[in-house]
Amino acid sequence: MAPPEHRRQFKRPAISDQQRRRELSLQRQAQNRLDAQHRARCLASSALSFETAECEPECPEVELELGSENEGDGGVGSPHEEFDVRKASKLRGAQARKWFARQLILPEWMIDIPDRLSLEWYVFVRPSGNRCFVVSSNGITVSRLRNGSILHRFPSALPGGSRFRDSSGPAQTYSILDCIFHEADQTYYVIDMVCWRGYSLYDCTAEFRFFWINSKLAECGACEPPSQNHRYRFSPVTVYNCDHGGLIAAYTGPVPYAKDGLLFYNKQAHYQTGNTPLALVWKDDNCSQYVIDTDNKGNIPSKQHLVLELQDDLKVTTSDDPPVEILLHGQGLRSEVNRARAFADSYSKVIFQYTVRRSPLKMEDLLFSLSSGNDLENRPADVEMAGE
Amino acid sequence: MAMEVTQILLNAQSVDGNVRKQAEESLKQFQGQNLASFLLSLAGELASEEKPVESRKLAGLILKNALDAKEQQRKFELVQRWLALDASVKAQIRSYVVKTLASPSHDARSTASQAIAKLAGIELPHKQWPELIDTLLSNIPQLPAHTKQATLETLGYICEEVSPEVVDQGHVNKILTAVVQGMNASEGNNEVRLAATLALYNALGFAQANFSNDMERDYIMRVVCEATLSPEVKIRQAAFECLVAISSTYYEKLAPYIHDIFNITSKAVKEDEEPVALQAVEFWSSICDEEIDILEEYGGDFSGDSEIPCFYFIKQALPVLVPMLLETLLKQEEDQDQDEGAWNIAMAGGTCLGLVARTVGDDIIPLVMPFIEENIAKPDWRQREAATYAFGSILEGPAPEKLVPLVNVALNFMLNALMKDSSNHVKDTTAWTLGRMFEFLHGNTLDTPIITPANCQQIVTVLLQSMKDVPNVAEKSCGALYFLAQGYEDAAPSLSPLTPYFQDILEGLFAVTRREDAGESRLRTAAYETLNEVVRCSTEETAPMVQQLIPHIMLELHQTLEGQTLSSDERDKQNELQGLLCGCLQVLIQKLGSLETFKYVLLQHADQMMGLFLRVFSSRSATAHEEAMLAIGALAYATSSGFDKYMSEFCRYLEMGLRNFEDYQVCAITVGVVGDLCRALEDKILPYCDGIMTQLLKDLSSNDLHRSVKPPIFSCFGDIALAIGEHFEKYLIYAMPMLQSAAELSIHTGLGEDMTEYTNTLRNGILEAYSGIFQGFKGSPKSQLLLPYTPHILQFLDSLYMEKDMDDVVSKTAIGVLGDLADTLQSSAGPLIQQSVSSREFLSECLSSHDDMIKESAEWAKMAISRALSY
Repeated sequence: MAPPEHRRQFKRPAISDQQRRRELSLQRQAQNRLDAQHRARCLASSALSFETAECEPECPEVELELGSENEGDGGVGSPHEEFDVRKASKLRGAQARKWFARQLILPEWMIDIPDRLSLEWYVFVRPSGNRCFVVSSNGITVSRLRNGSILHRFPSALPGGSRFRDSSGPAQTYSILDCIFHEADQTYYVIDMVCWRGYSLYDCTAEFRFFWINSKLAECGACEPPSQNHRYRFSPVTVYNCDHGGLIAAYTGPVPYAKDGLLFYNKQAHYQTGNTPLALVWKDDNCSQYVIDTDNKGNIPSKQHLVLELQDDLKVTTSDDPPVEILLHGQGLRSEVNRARAFADSYSKVIFQYTVRRSPLKMEDLLFSLSSGNDLENRPADVEMAGE
Repeated sequence: MAMEVTQILLNAQSVDGNVRKQAEESLKQFQGQNLASFLLSLAGELASEEKPVESRKLAGLILKNALDAKEQQRKFELVQRWLALDASVKAQIRSYVVKTLASPSHDARSTASQAIAKLAGIELPHKQWPELIDTLLSNIPQLPAHTKQATLETLGYICEEVSPEVVDQGHVNKILTAVVQGMNASEGNNEVRLAATLALYNALGFAQANFSNDMERDYIMRVVCEATLSPEVKIRQAAFECLVAISSTYYEKLAPYIHDIFNITSKAVKEDEEPVALQAVEFWSSICDEEIDILEEYGGDFSGDSEIPCFYFIKQALPVLVPMLLETLLKQEEDQDQDEGAWNIAMAGGTCLGLVARTVGDDIIPLVMPFIEENIAKPDWRQREAATYAFGSILEGPAPEKLVPLVNVALNFMLNALMKDSSNHVKDTTAWTLGRMFEFLHGNTLDTPIITPANCQQIVTVLLQSMKDVPNVAEKSCGALYFLAQGYEDAAPSLSPLTPYFQDILEGLFAVTRREDAGESRLRTAAYETLNEVVRCSTEETAPMVQQLIPHIMLELHQTLEGQTLSSDERDKQNELQGLLCGCLQVLIQKLGSLETFKYVLLQHADQMMGLFLRVFSSRSATAHEEAMLAIGALAYATSSGFDKYMSEFCRYLEMGLRNFEDYQVCAITVGVVGDLCRALEDKILPYCDGIMTQLLKDLSSNDLHRSVKPPIFSCFGDIALAIGEHFEKYLIYAMPMLQSAAELSIHTGLGEDMTEYTNTLRNGILEAYSGIFQGFKGSPKSQLLLPYTPHILQFLDSLYMEKDMDDVVSKTAIGVLGDLADTLQSSAGPLIQQSVSSREFLSECLSSHDDMIKESAEWAKMAISRALSY
């Protein structure tokens, strides 16, 4: 007598291995098709978004590059050239450093409180550590500091991040994360996502990117503890809506890392490289050890130091786009050449550092702006730089 | 116009092959020349009491076959031909077959029943033959028993043939009344009662309204339950089959009867003949199926409601149900493990026990453990086997925390039994139980591992030893090793505890495949399957050992290809082995191909492997072809553009595979391989595209090819276009109209549940084609060639959106196509895009979707559109 047709065969596995092979092949083919499609779509979107990135002015920085290099070094950054990160990952040495240095979103310092903070912004605690750009591709993961120099080369569970991968996994792919490396627990805290499995997120809103970080990072196993094929742990950071509760939670809540200020991201903003007013940083002594700039020895100098760029026309400017010219003389400013800093300060940083020494923007101000429901009234008065 | 066909029909059953062949020829000719006359002659033959029963029976069969076919297209043609016949001819034929129901010849009646059902299957959906049911049921109480029996049988067949929508409730009521009356204990004739019971089984699907009426339902249930007590075994069996069908169709109506049904089934399980007892057990298995589904829906749904409430029948019956099932486990047959197709009360009881465990979870443990403890060490093998089987059956369902302590205690005992028990039955079930332990309680998702560095060596040693036992035991041990390996699938490379024994495992399994008796009990297949799984789950550390398997497997394959003359039976076995070996090579290719440092090994063997695969194509076995094709796809993926050198030789086999309508699985796999080749070779595939595209287009226009292959063919168009870019130009005039008409078809189907899934697969294939074509033409001046097709494509997207019946995959692909269209055509498509509904409502719906994939595609589309519109 035969068993009813739909009953699993007695003491037999549910499906045959042949069926399994068939299904695995179909899965692999579907994944490969998806990868091919993503590649086709992505080449277009990254070419476009890198155009804007590469339009930034190329200027030697006062301290580091004064007179040492000119702009004609290989044409890597020439505007309108089609160029994506996979080509960039083949760059070596100075070229690579230069290219990668320009790929990060750089928050402005919060010198006034944006309108509609509670509705249109996120807030999260910035981990203390080195900001870096993490690229996984071709079986290796590379992290680069803001100046483009390599921090680590290591295998990771990120897509394409190690040589060990499942046979059903994607073929050639790359991912780019915007991270802070936190020394104490040897963890990369992911604060933004630029590219995932070859899919560009430059033109996606922060809302989407943060959602993506949370869903994708866990999925690929990058949040697992380190192992042979995954040397450093990755971790998302908790992002709050910047309402009253969210701001308090971010400001006072416990985090597994040392805090270095709060970051505010506009929900609708795309990943725009360079300085942007749609991402803001704010610090006070409670949530950062580094509120006021220190010198090389870690001491707070008696006077505020500015780092500026020297332009071809001999004007001295901030790192902003367009640059803000600072008049060096007659304002009590003393100039000196200091090679310790790779980047010029932005205008907002100069102002923030200035106000922090005098009448800082306090947490109470931020909270008040949220509870008052009228952001406009609550802006601090514009501060004029008076010098000393 | 009827013709004398008796002699031809008798000749068609002659023992003389020539006579038979000639008769078949002339029948065919007759059918082709004058269908009306042919069918009328057959019906007349069937109805005539003067004719020999042999010719009447065959006449009825041919008539039935002229009305229906398995293949969809053929069926459609036959239906059209019948409908086109002259009304008077059809009326005459109907009257002949209905008349035959009164024939004294049982064979004639029975054939007529089937023919009537086929006619009803065609006519009722077309609102023809409206008097059929009334004709059959007029004065049924007065009919002689044999006609009543034939009439009830006919009603059963009709219910099997037509769908409930085409029979109005009035007729349904009449049918049910007749059927249930026929089943009633007051019906003195057992033949009639049996026919009625069998008919009810088919009619249950029509009885929705009647089951919602308490009085009618009570009556039906009472009659069915009474029939389970009939003195006639066939009636009892049929009545239990009705109960099984009721349990799945009307689960939510069972509460008032479940107590009685328990008593009836329990008595049958204990005392009745096996065919009846099996159905009684199946009733409870079926209730488990229902409750498992409902509870799964509870668990998966946030709101916690399901359309059907769970009545927890199993949980309530548990204290009496479980002892009843445990008792069946002791009724094993002597050689059941050697018999492939065996199915008996012990097997059914164990299967049901496993389902009960999945339904109630932890609660089953205290009810089963005493039985296990009492019997596991008894001298009688039946008791030891039953205890072991009970343990194996409850390993899926209860929480791992509850099971792990029990398994930790049992594991050693089981390993020992597998080595030392005197009974093969016990060893067989023990190995199977070990496999279940590893399947459900081993793997990195579990907190407490049952396998530790301390016992791993012993487990592996015992399993390898047991693989040398008799074939059925060895097969189960291979199965256990399969799940042991699978549990380490996600282990970090350095952490797989199998690494120290890896070489022994490979050698052990390979040795099993070469056993003289490996053909028995599916042993060879099990050994290769396990070898594949071990390789799939292996780590880079053991890759050097995996790599050494390649020449061995290639040699085995080579040997199967060396030409000896074989009997057809031997050739079948040879082909099966070729399939297994190609499958194994496929797994090896995938494994080593995924490890950068070992890819070169593959490349070294690639020429030879390809040579072997191509030779496999000269065999006639579809399975072997399919496996070879799958392996080649994997090789193409691994070797990438290096595969180019095989193309000139391979392409004819590729086209051969694409022409294989008969074994549509081969065709489907080949279509997938074309996709692999496109991605591996990119524009180097261009020289072969004419041949491939020609065949794919033929496949699409063929009615003989299984429909499941068509969606992948459309996807394949996309793969080709993406690979060869603007060179796809010359295929546009063929491909685009086909895509267009398929797209229209996929919008206007709406043919019930089972079509929905296919329709969505088809839509996805069409959309993937569009996606690939747009992306292929991107950046080319020829992209403007796509502009004329754009309005239709946008209209297709709009209709998809408006129909609201696409699944998530289709939504994702569809919104992606919108992006691809904008991306490639840029500003020239701007006005068209702006007019489309998709670019507004559909897009914004997708942007706020909860599905990541849809959201991702939508973000892409949004960006591409905003770019296209901004230029």
